[in-house]
Amino acid sequence: MSELQAPAKKPAGRAGRNLELPEHLKVYRGVWVFVEHDRGAVNPVSWELLGEGRKLADLLGVPLSGVILGGPEEGLDRFASEAWAMGADSCFVMRDPVLKGYRNEPFTRGLTRLVEEHKPEIVLLGATSMGRDLAGSVATTLSTGLTADCTELAIDPGTRALAATRPTFGGSLLCTIMTLAYRPQMATVRPRVMVMPRRDPQRTGTLVEARLDLAEASIVTKLLDFLPDATSDRINLTYADVIVSGGKGLRKPENFQLVRDLATVLGAEVGATRPVVQAGWVETERQVGQTGKTVRPKLYIAAGISGAVQHRVGMEGSDIIVAINSDPAAPIFDFAHYGIVGNAMQVLPALTEAFRNHLAVRARRAA
Amino acid sequence: MKERFDAIVVGAGPSGNAAAYTMAKAGLKVLQIERGEYPGSKNVQGAILYSDALEKIIPDFREDAPLERHIIEQRMWVLDEESFVGSHFRSDEFNREPHNRYTILRAQFDRWFSQKVRDAGALLICETTVEHLLMDDGRVVGVRCDRVGGDVFADVVILADGVNSTLARKAGFHPEIAPRNVALAVKEILFLPEETLQARFNVGPDEGVVIEMLGKITEGMVGTAFLYTNRDSLTIGIGCILDDFKHRNPGRKAPYTLLENLKKHPAVAPLIEGTEMKEYCAHLIPEGGFFSVPRIYGEGWLIVGDSGGFVNAAHREGSNLAMTTGRLAAETVIEARKAGRDMSSTTLREYKVKVDASFVMKDLHKYRHLPEILHRNNQFFTQYPELVNRAARTLFTVDGEDKASKEQEIRSSFRSSRSLVGLMGDAYRLWRATR
Amino acid sequence: MHIVVCVKQVPDSAQIRVHPVTNTIMRQGVPAIVNPYDLFALEQALRLKDEHGGSVTVLCMGPPQAEDALRRCLSLGADEAVLVTDRAFAGADTLATSYALASAIRTIGREQSVDIVFTGKQTIDGDTAQVGPGVARRLDLQLLTYVSRIVSVDLSERTIVVERRAEGGVQVLRTALPCLVTMLENTNEIRFAGMDEMLRSARCEVRKWNREQAGVEDVARIGLKGSPTVVSKVFGPKSRTEKADIEVIEDSSVRDAALNLIQKIFTRNPALEQDLVERTVS
Repeated sequence: MSELQAPAKKPAGRAGRNLELPEHLKVYRGVWVFVEHDRGAVNPVSWELLGEGRKLADLLGVPLSGVILGGPEEGLDRFASEAWAMGADSCFVMRDPVLKGYRNEPFTRGLTRLVEEHKPEIVLLGATSMGRDLAGSVATTLSTGLTADCTELAIDPGTRALAATRPTFGGSLLCTIMTLAYRPQMATVRPRVMVMPRRDPQRTGTLVEARLDLAEASIVTKLLDFLPDATSDRINLTYADVIVSGGKGLRKPENFQLVRDLATVLGAEVGATRPVVQAGWVETERQVGQTGKTVRPKLYIAAGISGAVQHRVGMEGSDIIVAINSDPAAPIFDFAHYGIVGNAMQVLPALTEAFRNHLAVRARRAA
Repeated sequence: MKERFDAIVVGAGPSGNAAAYTMAKAGLKVLQIERGEYPGSKNVQGAILYSDALEKIIPDFREDAPLERHIIEQRMWVLDEESFVGSHFRSDEFNREPHNRYTILRAQFDRWFSQKVRDAGALLICETTVEHLLMDDGRVVGVRCDRVGGDVFADVVILADGVNSTLARKAGFHPEIAPRNVALAVKEILFLPEETLQARFNVGPDEGVVIEMLGKITEGMVGTAFLYTNRDSLTIGIGCILDDFKHRNPGRKAPYTLLENLKKHPAVAPLIEGTEMKEYCAHLIPEGGFFSVPRIYGEGWLIVGDSGGFVNAAHREGSNLAMTTGRLAAETVIEARKAGRDMSSTTLREYKVKVDASFVMKDLHKYRHLPEILHRNNQFFTQYPELVNRAARTLFTVDGEDKASKEQEIRSSFRSSRSLVGLMGDAYRLWRATR
Repeated sequence: MHIVVCVKQVPDSAQIRVHPVTNTIMRQGVPAIVNPYDLFALEQALRLKDEHGGSVTVLCMGPPQAEDALRRCLSLGADEAVLVTDRAFAGADTLATSYALASAIRTIGREQSVDIVFTGKQTIDGDTAQVGPGVARRLDLQLLTYVSRIVSVDLSERTIVVERRAEGGVQVLRTALPCLVTMLENTNEIRFAGMDEMLRSARCEVRKWNREQAGVEDVARIGLKGSPTVVSKVFGPKSRTEKADIEVIEDSSVRDAALNLIQKIFTRNPALEQDLVERTVS
């Protein structure tokens, strides 16, 4: 493993704070997005990040590049074409048998080496199981700053630095974090936080091949097997178009069935708040919010949910937010589009019935 | 291998800590068992610390105890719907050290006290509930806890498990606490910046004010309200006898409704303007006084603190009685061990002797009739506050009426409200209640 | 076998109480707890100890009151506790924190070599999940994150096999000891210690190390100084300009409100109506 770099000596400043970019780091240029893929498909979060990365790169006037690591037969060229179509100017492709299937050691070595050689100023990764595993290792190797689960990315005009915003204090507030004196600036972003960019199939870019030169024998961790989840178990909350969510305002676990009933009629996914998940009413995978999933459905119906910030940050990007709550002062009414002040246990069945009838009538007409 | 201790203290509140500390300091092997997650988690924020009681246990507590403000001013208010009549006492003497009373925040304070107890050598375990006492032939020999292997033995068990203690009841030492003998109080901590607080209450840094209130704010029920100044927050609370909430509460007002009304009262609202409510809690306070104190010692056991009903409701003193009884219980045990005596009822009787000889029982005895008299005479919470306020209003309104007529008006308002006989009777009752 | 478990004391943001009258959420006076995710890491470490023998040391970097968190871990069955506490650690971001923890683990390892380091998946206050990977990298430990199950540990071969949660499935990985494992939640039921354990832990001294005792070599890499990330501002979420269109059940019947709502939604987004109808047909 390459030696850990000690952070560069900072110019003596007030209280030794890391606020000034040392001269030798000013050569770092370019925005990179780690293109995460697994078993033949790219995780859509990488495209979302290219969309965001495009904006940042344009603001800085620098190129946007995708970084793809994988085995020789994994179709990486196809991913690169796709990355160009999604906005990348170039792609760094590192092919090596040791990179087939994600493992921390070879991927960390590979990405670190690429960064050291090509010196990007910003590196973005999806906050997924792979992304977080990799980001922490790479940031520590490079002794640089990493901001996790960002909800917003911007460029600070004065310093040209990345301003990464994320929830703090248990989610009740937001904070903006910058890495001013170190490079690259690294950030992870959850799926569905950034908008999927428009695909332009006419777009092309350059492909830069990179080598790793790492012997399998020298890698200690071996991937013995992969056990896919049964498709029936799959809860695809993140990419659902319609979500019906329930919170503690439903009072009893039995009442959660009302949420499920409405979801069934709408063909929707079922979501929940953290307290409900912690109380064991639904599976952890259904949690929407700061420590759960971020969603961007066309329609989000929140029943018995107060709308605390921890939940809000997970769903406020929804196109239409409908809130059902008996408390007219619940914070959720501050950012919902439509609301019903009433007892969820009455409103939900009424909605289910109304939607069922309405859709049935329309469906008969369409048939 | 069943471990054995010299003493087990059930509860890590002020009385339990006082007992455990005193015994551990004297070299006894002490185990303290607390059911909350950490000491103070089951206790309630915002309180008064009485230096005298703590000094006798930890003389140099001021060095590192978390103290909010030392009290330099006491205000006693009698409220009716919109006004109050009050008397204030403020003295610069209270500024001279050592200070006599402080406001504290219980979570911090209990934690500090508990650290002292541990430093003194006692063992403390938390998140453990004592399910019942272990008896052998009518004598307490230990406790059973809700954990595997939860039987622990000791020569003596000190019950410091608070107002809701079930242990003593289960063991048959005393009956269930009657709703007549306990008050339900609610309090809130309201945050207010230091400078604002100091300007508003006319105190300097570290100086504090206590306001005790009674009157129509308790809607005819027997109860009081209070407001304390902490460093950068206020504690405001109100409580009434639990039985009154059940049976003398035609409006079915809940405790927090009383608190909301108190906060809106014209006398109180300006004081809490601009505060941010940060903490809310409810608790029970034993207020039965002298006649509700149960048997406090027996074969291998002692009762201290709220568990023994040691609260002087008239003066709102509780934690000093708790600490004092804790200390006296510990001293009894220490002396008995030194003299080589066993922890039998005969030996432990010395604890009652000490308590009776102390201010604890003397004060409770003095006010022994108060709970009953107040219960039977709620004019002290309704008519008198009204009369007194009206009198003051009459007297202090300058409207061309001559003073003699005003006095006559006041006198007749009292008489028509209470009648001469009633007034005299009230005076007698007050005297009886407090002698 | 010697296992080190890194824990953090955090404010219990889950213990939110709601005021009965104002319905506001009260956060002040909320006690500090052991980061709940760390308890699952500790429980797994204790199970390995039950199976293979050895000892478990819990380690925490924090202010003096973090001792309470360590005591809780001791009462669950950990054998040793180390609190690394020093003013100089204040203000540390994840990079500086991993440096401090790694130094401490190295120091602990000098007394008794460490086979596995466990951490929780993330903290409930920071939520970054970065410290575990950071520590692994610094100590050159094999990193296994999001582990849902320890399949086996072979002390003679010095290998460990785990199941790791990935997108769409579970990876089965084998690696060599020493390694660092970040453990998922709800992987085991947290034990309720017996009385003997409680008494033993009440007697246990929590070792308190300042930065020298923790083995920190370069002071410039801890605390605020060692943190590349800088918080430039903290603010509340923006309130939206568009006000919600709210219907109150009292003025209208539940049925009417439901019908009105459907009208409004589909008027606003006719394509959505189309979508849902298609789903119904199919």
